[in-house]
Amino acid sequence: MSLLGLYNSLAVSEQVALIKTVQIIGVLLAVVICVAFMTLAERKVIGWIQGRIGPNRVTLFGIPFTEGLGQPFADVVKLLFKEIILPANADKVLFLLAPMIALVPAFATWAVVPFSPEFVLADIDAGLLYVLALTSLGVYGIILAGWATNSKYALLGALRSAAQIVAYEIAMGFALVGVLMASGSLNLSDIVRSQAGALGWNVVWLAPLAVIYFISGVAETNRAPFDVAEGESEIVAGFHVEYSGATFATLFALPEYANMILIATLTSVMFFGGWLSPFDGYLGAGSLLSQPSFLWLAIKIVFFLFCFLWFRATFPRYRYDQIMRLGWKVFIPLTLIWIFVEGLMVYWHIGPWHR
Amino acid sequence: MLINILFYVFSATLIGAALGVVLARNSVHSAMFLVLAFFTSSGLWLLMGAEFLAIVLVLVYVGAVMVLFLFVVMMLDINTAQMREGFTRYAPLGLVIALIMIAEIAYVVYYRHLDLNAELLVAPTTAVAVSNTKSLGAVLYTQYAYPFQLAAVLLLIAIVAAITLTMRARPNLKKQDISAQVAVGKADRLQIVQVASEKRP
Repeated sequence: MSLLGLYNSLAVSEQVALIKTVQIIGVLLAVVICVAFMTLAERKVIGWIQGRIGPNRVTLFGIPFTEGLGQPFADVVKLLFKEIILPANADKVLFLLAPMIALVPAFATWAVVPFSPEFVLADIDAGLLYVLALTSLGVYGIILAGWATNSKYALLGALRSAAQIVAYEIAMGFALVGVLMASGSLNLSDIVRSQAGALGWNVVWLAPLAVIYFISGVAETNRAPFDVAEGESEIVAGFHVEYSGATFATLFALPEYANMILIATLTSVMFFGGWLSPFDGYLGAGSLLSQPSFLWLAIKIVFFLFCFLWFRATFPRYRYDQIMRLGWKVFIPLTLIWIFVEGLMVYWHIGPWHR
Repeated sequence: MLINILFYVFSATLIGAALGVVLARNSVHSAMFLVLAFFTSSGLWLLMGAEFLAIVLVLVYVGAVMVLFLFVVMMLDINTAQMREGFTRYAPLGLVIALIMIAEIAYVVYYRHLDLNAELLVAPTTAVAVSNTKSLGAVLYTQYAYPFQLAAVLLLIAIVAAITLTMRARPNLKKQDISAQVAVGKADRLQIVQVASEKRP
């Protein structure tokens, strides 16, 4: 009663600020919990693909039949209690700052992601630009970690990773230019809405861009088969060799998995209709299956996350010069060509541009 | 109220970061202060309602230019004592340049202040319903189409010049032809030989 009275006594703008804060904390918590279970899912799925079982001991707070589900929490507790080692010759400030810098863009980008027709934290007009700007910041954490460690392996890993991220970012940006042309808006909710109806998803007309976007996303997040940044057979572990305990968790595990979930979400939003139903436009408008909902987005995200794990278990690691060639000489020309083709389609009113 | 607080926080951080760029002993720290300066000035632009410019500042300068800059700075082996040698000799020149720049900024601010009418002072952004990006694009691709194209060509020339300056043919370089490697098929590598089985003695 008193809490409700306190809430009602606030000005409207303060009430909005309070609700937004609660929403932001909610979304962040959801992302962190997804990251925790993503690590478990990765070990389980890859285990199954390789004919193993995966984590199957730790229960969730002792509840029976949850063997394995408690593994992420056990890992978190283990990492938090480990000693944080500061290398003697490291740049202490940047060494500790780098993990935090890596973490911020991975979380801040969620502000503009449209989760459902009604719910998005910040429905800003330049949403697509905001996404591009923030994803381009992720590289700082890696470069700084590599440099501040003051070790050859870390610096080599950082350079590899940074060159790779810079290369694939351009292809990603161009793929999103195609989305922008198709939807005529930078607002992510508008981009989803513009994909409504039968054959409305961007992937139908922008299939090459969708494929390039997702593969570049895998390369951006330094995931297998593009994980030369941490190639353990050549440079031990790359930029995070000297990181331990909680700094390792925040530099490496959290941003990497949060970025994976983000890339999966953005691929669904940009090319696969976000929260739109896959049956939208085929079944009648009154049908329950054709209603837009967060559940559809969740199903698409889970599918793309599974693809990340599937790739890791299937493909051998790329050689470094091949990665660079794929980014600069294959993906960027391909996106440019498809943007040109799309321009012609717009000009001649082909496909979704017939109106 | 909140906007005022944000403005002062951003401004103070910006000035602190700008000082840090100049005063930091380590060049990587300087570069990071510059990143902070870009970031806070982008925040200031956001407060003014110039969201497109603010985000593009982060995207272009922080996301691309500063990353490459950081690369270069990290590779440099700078002897700071040697760099500091000519400081007293060049200090007067630096002071003069700084004063000229301050005078220019003051002139622009003063001139603008005279021109401002009351209408513009009151919420310059909310008057327009069209989004920032759209209105900028509408002018850029119509009224300023030719200067825009000219700027693009200028950048292209710069890229071509930079590449021709740095690219040199190295005749004895051992290279792998990746296209040939990728195009390799089973027939190129694998030979199936029929070996007659050993006769039973």
